[in-house]
Amino acid sequence: MNESTRNTGECCQGSSTQKPVEQAREQQECTCQPEEAPHWSDGSIDTPSGRILRVKTTLTPRDHLGTWMVHWGIRRMRYKITPGLYAVGSPTQQSPVFVTANYKMSFDRLRSQLWGRHAWILVLDTKGVNVWCSAGKGTFGSEELMRRIQAVRLEEIVSHRTLILPQLSATGVSAHIVRKGNGWRVVFGPVRSEDLPRYLDAGMKATPQMRCVRFTLANRLVLIPLECVEWFKYLVLASVVFLLLSGFGTGGYSLERIQDVGLRSVLMLLIAYLAGAAFSPALLPWIPGRAFSVKGAWIGLAAVVVLIAYGLPGPGVFDNWLEAGGWLLLVPAISSFLAMNFTGASTYTSLSGVRREMRVAVPSQITATAAGIVVWVVGRFM
Amino acid sequence: MFGLRYLEDVVTLELDASKCTGCGNCIEVCPHAVFEIFEKKARIVDRDACMECGACAMNCAPGALSVDSGVGCASAVITGAVRGTEPTCGCSEDADCC
Repeated sequence: MNESTRNTGECCQGSSTQKPVEQAREQQECTCQPEEAPHWSDGSIDTPSGRILRVKTTLTPRDHLGTWMVHWGIRRMRYKITPGLYAVGSPTQQSPVFVTANYKMSFDRLRSQLWGRHAWILVLDTKGVNVWCSAGKGTFGSEELMRRIQAVRLEEIVSHRTLILPQLSATGVSAHIVRKGNGWRVVFGPVRSEDLPRYLDAGMKATPQMRCVRFTLANRLVLIPLECVEWFKYLVLASVVFLLLSGFGTGGYSLERIQDVGLRSVLMLLIAYLAGAAFSPALLPWIPGRAFSVKGAWIGLAAVVVLIAYGLPGPGVFDNWLEAGGWLLLVPAISSFLAMNFTGASTYTSLSGVRREMRVAVPSQITATAAGIVVWVVGRFM
Repeated sequence: MFGLRYLEDVVTLELDASKCTGCGNCIEVCPHAVFEIFEKKARIVDRDACMECGACAMNCAPGALSVDSGVGCASAVITGAVRGTEPTCGCSEDADCC
């Protein structure tokens, strides 16, 4: 998923000259959490490697609120828990070990599926990023896994040597490298935590359906708020530019035109924004074309054509055909660009494919935007 | 209905059947059912479904699989182009831990 903050280096100034073990321990001890038990914990248990927190297996309204907030981009990059080992129920030396990311939503998804079970949860330091994204970057990787196993002294806590990882972490974790590295056996469980109970009850057997990612309407809809939040500042910026520009025209600068043409321009930008950031993701499988930029352009074009058709044989809601033509170029260009950026949030686009689509799409979007602005400005003086 | 299929004939996934031991790890980790086992070896059955996540190559001990893996994300490509690096989604490598 497209996330944007910068790397400001290691957590808690863990110097790179330290041995990995010490560094991992120090990171683990760094108390990002307050001293009192977090709200998702219901006690603690003593293990050979010290006292560890026991976690609840039912999510509370507070957890759901946190999930809702990150979907809107609120505190999204700080939605994390301290890496380390946690207990579910009353785990023993034989209990299974589940591995997850330290993004709180990943952790919540996992623990909420372990109701009535006794298990260990090993949380890796993925810098608060979800399983798939962090595995793609390698932070949820073989090295961090081996480091974390050592840091929590897992071999003193369980007698077996098997770890159950989410399937999507396979992009970062190499089972044979971990096996060779420290002898632990990595087993990839299902893609979705909701399949975990059936997977475990079937004796750790995944069905082909459990192995495949999906991208359902519901999956896409939850991503739309964040898309809208991330692009909103550009909408505001473009709106201000168009409001100021719309004052120009025959007979000098006019405030009335800002109220008329300007507000109409803001409405058109809003339509382009919603077409690219909301309607394209929602309607994805039903829009013609395979490239996301093409899908976005279609939605934007459809919206403007409807507005023109509304007033045929004239230019619709617009002053003249030049204004209509300007938006006919601008709206699809904008919505195409926004939809193209949704590739990062989708579950099935390849980098090679994105590169190919961008080779055509980006020059087209730039050309259409430039031409659209020129046509629109000329239309102001007609 | 156009479905959730991406561009055709772009994927860099390669399978060297001579190195394949038929362990089936690729089938287990692939999130898009790209592989199947045929006559005790893996084979690619749906190449265009591959999203180049790299999980198969990462978990292929004999090294029979190769793929130019990365995130299929336009923002990452743009960020990479601006910074002059490989595509990077710059996803929160931690702004303010602790």
